[in-house]
Amino acid sequence: MKKTLLDLLVGLTITIAMAALPGSADAQLLMNGAGATFPYPIYSKWFDEYVKVDPEVRFNYQSIGSGGGIRQITERTVDFGASDGPMTDDQLKKAPAELFHIPTVLGSVVATYNLPGNPQLSFTGDVLADIFLGKITKWNDPRIKGLNPGASLPDQPIVVVHRSDGSGTTYIWVDYLCKISPEWEKQVGRGTSVKWPVGLGGKGNEGVSGQVKNTPGGFGYVELAYAITNKLPAAKIKNQAGKFIEPTIESTTAAAAGAAQNMPADFRVSLTNAPGADAYPIASFTWLLVYKDQPDETKGKNLVKFLWWAIHDGQKYPSTLLYAPLPAPVVKEIEAKIKQITYSGKPLLAAQ
Amino acid sequence: MSAGAATGSGTVDRVSLRPRAIAGTHRGLGDRVYRAVMLASVGLVLLAAAGLVAALVWESREALRAFGPRFLLSSQWDPVAGEFGALPFVYGTLLSSLLALVIAVPLSLGAAIFLAELAPAWIRPPVAFLIEMLAAVPSVVYGLWGIFVLVPWLRDWVQPALGRTLGFLPLFQGPPYGIGMLAAGVILAIMIVPYITSVSREVLLAVPGSQREAALGLGATRWEATRIAVLRYGRSGLIGAVLLGLGRALGETMAVTMVIGNRPEIAISLFAPGYTMASVLANEFTEATSDLYVSALVEIGLLLLLVTVLVNGLARLLVWSVGGPTRGARE
Repeated sequence: MKKTLLDLLVGLTITIAMAALPGSADAQLLMNGAGATFPYPIYSKWFDEYVKVDPEVRFNYQSIGSGGGIRQITERTVDFGASDGPMTDDQLKKAPAELFHIPTVLGSVVATYNLPGNPQLSFTGDVLADIFLGKITKWNDPRIKGLNPGASLPDQPIVVVHRSDGSGTTYIWVDYLCKISPEWEKQVGRGTSVKWPVGLGGKGNEGVSGQVKNTPGGFGYVELAYAITNKLPAAKIKNQAGKFIEPTIESTTAAAAGAAQNMPADFRVSLTNAPGADAYPIASFTWLLVYKDQPDETKGKNLVKFLWWAIHDGQKYPSTLLYAPLPAPVVKEIEAKIKQITYSGKPLLAAQ
Repeated sequence: MSAGAATGSGTVDRVSLRPRAIAGTHRGLGDRVYRAVMLASVGLVLLAAAGLVAALVWESREALRAFGPRFLLSSQWDPVAGEFGALPFVYGTLLSSLLALVIAVPLSLGAAIFLAELAPAWIRPPVAFLIEMLAAVPSVVYGLWGIFVLVPWLRDWVQPALGRTLGFLPLFQGPPYGIGMLAAGVILAIMIVPYITSVSREVLLAVPGSQREAALGLGATRWEATRIAVLRYGRSGLIGAVLLGLGRALGETMAVTMVIGNRPEIAISLFAPGYTMASVLANEFTEATSDLYVSALVEIGLLLLLVTVLVNGLARLLVWSVGGPTRGARE
């Protein structure tokens, strides 16, 4: 028994060593990245697909959260960072050199609920804010009824559920409430975790949806992708143009298209309550963070090559994973940005 | 069976080794190496612990400087405004663990007494095995079970019933969400029952049979014999078992986070949501962006360590006060 186990171990070790040998013989370039968890599925899909484009480059991405991504790129322990929220001016100042925000895909956040029969509901931003401020407490409140004349709304308390873990999803949600409600902005503000006036905290999208599903009268917010895969009821939200918009991949992309005309040069823009007739109002970019002047020529070249691929060919993958692709006008603007990435002053993209 | 064989051979080794060690000519060198290696191991462990404390203090220096003792007394937790106070988390950790003990200790002792004293011999091993199996269930599974089974049951049956019968107590007032301190206490109780039961059973089995025989011989009933001769004899071992469970309850993270409601508020009612130190760390650490925020979270970690040490220290004192270090029960 002991002997056979030993034989097996020796055999295994040899097999592993042999399998590892050809890999290590190749001069492969390893690009390290870290950050946001929300875009992790699409990023890992990209890294898989990119091997077919350039077998020389391997990516190692650790989804440790946006905060960790910002810290690591600031300390230059990774080649690129990733964040669901734009870095603040303070954070940018702490970085040793100029950092670029490169938008990669879009996500949106939907309001989901648990009512008898789960009717299709519609909300305006100020009603959402007042529910989350604890000012509207019952489902049959006249203001909810007024927006949903057809739906039968029970005389039941609204049990608000929010994310308990710090999250980009929370950031997008409260960023929207801040824009709509001055009271929310003053009392709560925006952040990946905030001091919630009311409600229960659930961990992750699954925690929030689990509590909403299990609590009659529950009301919470989850990522669009999560709501679609789990067939959760999702409310229509009134956008800036005054239309009630259903959350979909198309209406999320439309939010970026609407914001394209007034896009700031550094892409640090919030897409919540974006203009545009078809724009869903609770949407956001997610960004990769890269240094404008790359510290390593080879890595820099491969990084811009990958970024270029990601915003062009790579954009056919997001919708299969329920992320919204970038709209064409925004892609044009990002192209210009990628061309500005340099190695000791020389543009890297032109040089390839 | 194999365990019995191993113990047997161990005893033989111990007996046969001793004369050889004394007779050996290299006794001085061998003993010195032995001593050095053992000393190095204990030193390494102590060093790791000291390093842990030092790292926690160093990383939390910004919050320590910014808030001072106010950190312990404030219940404000507002990452946006940069206001951090740990009181609700300390309260939540202590209350949920206390609640777990209140539920788990009688259950576990009952189970242990049954298994050690009353159950027919053939039923003991399988039942003990099943209870110990509970300890092997990953805590995220407990959490999911909590969300989908325990919480709806608490919300629809237990909390309304408690509200009707004991609703005059502030402990059982407020809307029954299911999610909240009570759910956290119940799930923690289920998680620590296997530890307390298993250790208590070993303690009770280690009580010499002569104790029981003497009590029974004096005309005691089964219950009296258990109470006077067995429980009292093994009490410090039993307290040790409870402490093991308490330690587990204080640090448990995942399952609690999933059912406690994660609301940093101090509420008297067990129906209200709460928050624990371990939960807030697990929840907010990854996305904490500002330095002060991270530093405040590390200080929570430091505080959790202190609370754990303090609670364990108090419990040690309790053990000593009930009757010296454990005698037969530990062996």
